[in-house]
Amino acid sequence: MEVQKNHVQGKDCVLWQILWFYGIATCVKLLLIPSYQSTDFEVHRHWLAVTHSLPLSQWYLDETSPWTLDYPPFFAFFEYVLSFFAHFIDPQITDIEAGLNYKSDTVIYFQRTSVIVSDLCLLYGVYRLTRNLEFRKRISIWILVLWSPGLLIVDHMHFQYNGFLLGLLMLSISYLQERRDLMGGFFFAVLLCFKHLFAVAAPVYFVYLLKHYCWKGLTRGFLRLLSIGTMVVAVFAAAYGPFLYNGQIQQVISRMFPFGRGLCHAYWAPNFWVFYITLDKGLALLLRKLGFNIQTPAASFTGGLVGDSSPFAIVPQVTPLLTFTMVLLVLFPALIKAWKNPQPTLVARWLSYAYTCGFMFGWHVHEKASLHFVILLAMVAVNSLEDARHFFLLSIVSCYSLFPLLYEVQEYPIKVLLLILHSLLMWCIFSVRFTKKTASNPNASAKKQGEQVQLQGVFDAIDGKGRFRIGWVEKFYLFGILVVELWGQLLHPYFLGDMYPFIPLLLISIYCALGIMYSWVWQLNWIVTSS
Amino acid sequence: MRWTVLSSDTLIFFPAVLYFFLAHYRTSPVPHKSNVAWHMVVILINPCLILIDHGHFQYNCISLGLTLGAVVAVLSHKDLIASVLFCLSLNHKQMSAYFAPAFFSHLLGKCLRRNNPVLEVLKLGLVVLGTFAIVWWPYIHSKDAIFEVLLRLAPFERGIYEDYVANFWCTTSILIKWKRLFTAQSLKFLSLVATVLACLPSMVQQIWAPSIKGFLYGLLNSSFSFFLFSFQVHEKSILLPLLPATLLATELRSPFKLLMHYALFSMLPLLCRDKLIVPYVALYGLFTLLYHAPGGGQYSKIHHLVIPIPLSIGMTFLYICSLVLHIIYLTVRPPEKYPFLFEAVIMLLCFIHFILFALYTNVRQWMLPRQSMSRDKEKKQN
Repeated sequence: MEVQKNHVQGKDCVLWQILWFYGIATCVKLLLIPSYQSTDFEVHRHWLAVTHSLPLSQWYLDETSPWTLDYPPFFAFFEYVLSFFAHFIDPQITDIEAGLNYKSDTVIYFQRTSVIVSDLCLLYGVYRLTRNLEFRKRISIWILVLWSPGLLIVDHMHFQYNGFLLGLLMLSISYLQERRDLMGGFFFAVLLCFKHLFAVAAPVYFVYLLKHYCWKGLTRGFLRLLSIGTMVVAVFAAAYGPFLYNGQIQQVISRMFPFGRGLCHAYWAPNFWVFYITLDKGLALLLRKLGFNIQTPAASFTGGLVGDSSPFAIVPQVTPLLTFTMVLLVLFPALIKAWKNPQPTLVARWLSYAYTCGFMFGWHVHEKASLHFVILLAMVAVNSLEDARHFFLLSIVSCYSLFPLLYEVQEYPIKVLLLILHSLLMWCIFSVRFTKKTASNPNASAKKQGEQVQLQGVFDAIDGKGRFRIGWVEKFYLFGILVVELWGQLLHPYFLGDMYPFIPLLLISIYCALGIMYSWVWQLNWIVTSS
Repeated sequence: MRWTVLSSDTLIFFPAVLYFFLAHYRTSPVPHKSNVAWHMVVILINPCLILIDHGHFQYNCISLGLTLGAVVAVLSHKDLIASVLFCLSLNHKQMSAYFAPAFFSHLLGKCLRRNNPVLEVLKLGLVVLGTFAIVWWPYIHSKDAIFEVLLRLAPFERGIYEDYVANFWCTTSILIKWKRLFTAQSLKFLSLVATVLACLPSMVQQIWAPSIKGFLYGLLNSSFSFFLFSFQVHEKSILLPLLPATLLATELRSPFKLLMHYALFSMLPLLCRDKLIVPYVALYGLFTLLYHAPGGGQYSKIHHLVIPIPLSIGMTFLYICSLVLHIIYLTVRPPEKYPFLFEAVIMLLCFIHFILFALYTNVRQWMLPRQSMSRDKEKKQN
């Protein structure tokens, strides 16, 4: 019934609706233009300068600034295209020497606008994924993705281009769901050449495409395998070809994978290694108190060469290879499921599980990487009550874990408000979705569908008729977030002053790691128990 | 400092708006809930208020919030509380006096209909005097102190107009040089007479037939007449007529949208000076998008009067003119001979619109009694 209505409404209606959501998000992003910029801002500005002023052969060799190009070539080409506009607006942006740490209005407006415009890619990806869904479901997904506070904080304040990249990923998933596997694979290959971090999900793609697309009898399957293989090779050739030709592949790879950076980022991303490090430090402290002579490690976790001296005092060492094997190991169940039953509708779940594994056990993971799987999970969040509960918790935890990125005072009310508004919106959406079906008006006329019922449902939910409830453990955990925040903001400066400044951050890391660990286990359980 | 404005906004203005919704929609027929949500959003997302209070930095939200509280008290028939709140608002910012004729006429009209009019008027008078006494307590000890405060409140030496505001005096000064023709004293008298004449029709209507809708229209009309004809009006004073206009948003739909557009437009030179262009665009975008929210306010079309074709043509023409001027003002440099040419043109256009809008709302206020009288009769029969 609803599908017919959608056809009657027409694709144009859906387009206008999604543009309305994008418009509101854009207005908010415009208002956030003067906010805090991180070093990533200067990084991207420098890349504009490098790609514009230097020839291709110098892109991965340049040392003018510590912010060297560490993304794959397609991203460099993207910056190259942008740099023409930048040069047109203000030549100093793309000047390699004079542009260093250039912070004038033109740069700020240009860069921020480029992110806002590149979010059109996200818009298109989400549109393609949701255009055939029923009204309430697609509006829910639009709200969860287009108005995601995590994306706003990371992309439009901290400054990155995640929206654009996630849009490519969603395009790829939308093609897979339409059973156009070749196109899906194509877009994923393109995405890999934009940011290699997305390669964590490559095994899932490999297994899925192999079974779903190529496992169709000997000749046909082999031809298909050949076609996919050629396509991937072609994409990679387009990206890395020029550098292969210049003999710079070694340099490019070393720039893209800077393993010397250490197991954790300066602020520990809330993953498994947080527990590992805390265990190490805790044990060291305990054993020292007990009188053992424990060497304090020379190297720190956040930098230095891991090969030479170990940062761990007691527990076994962790090498990049170990993290790689661990990720593959935990990914295995999903790969088996993907092989046994490659359903297009489950692709989003496998991919988000893959990114969760990468986040939990990867090497030098940024907390921003949690965006990858949270946004993907938004696609399936409204499918069932369990999904909704899980997403509610995960979204709040991941958004909260991004708080330390914005440490200036003026951003504090903004980030808190964003989180609170997002939680309220999520609560409303899920309550509407899962209210007891109004059996009282089975003769709902055509007019009453869609908008009015949704908004009426909101007020019903607020009145308490909603069925969306979270359990006591979750409530306790969410309350704990409030406690952690209060400690960090008020109690710690009051009681301890300037001593141990790392404790609030440590608390946030550990607490969020608990939440994300729960999400990982939940997702694994879902995948393993799904038929 | 920004925190103080933000907190005062949240603590005073927001509760006032909530109170308005609780009171207003309890009395009049309840429209669809999405209508209510739409109306609330339109009041709160008022771009002018946000830009002036949080961008330019002022504390209008306190006096506007108190005035709104007073309006709500009147709607709930709690006249004494209304008087107290309005006096507080008046003592916070004397610009709230723009609303004074409406309050006066409506309350007087209601008193006259009660059994014992003189007693009612006395009660109100005592409450007003009492509030003033409490607020002015530190200054009551001597006449000089009171006069000093009053002098500061009313800086008559600044002249009848300053800068380029879409005021009658300022606009007509292009042709008639008021400052040269008349002395300051006579200008004061002239503006007083003009203002009183302008808000007289609205006052008379309210005294003759007080009603809730009429009261809201009265607020709009009296504040507009003050804005257009008063002494030393500032561009930011457009916020005052905007408040009752937002309260009447469900009644006035398209003209209200045009009013908001022109109110923002009239503040464009001020915002340009404060480098608030991007927030201006963003907030206007937000307002327009939320105004046209899918599913919001659809049912109000039943109450909405059909706009005659010449009016809609006129409105489209005004939109296009203002858009063109936006672009010209932001991009083109004015000629050397007339450095304020564009400000003057903006002011002229805004003034034309405001005069037309004020005439329109006055006419609508006078058209009300026939509806409200019949509704009162129905209530009495029930």
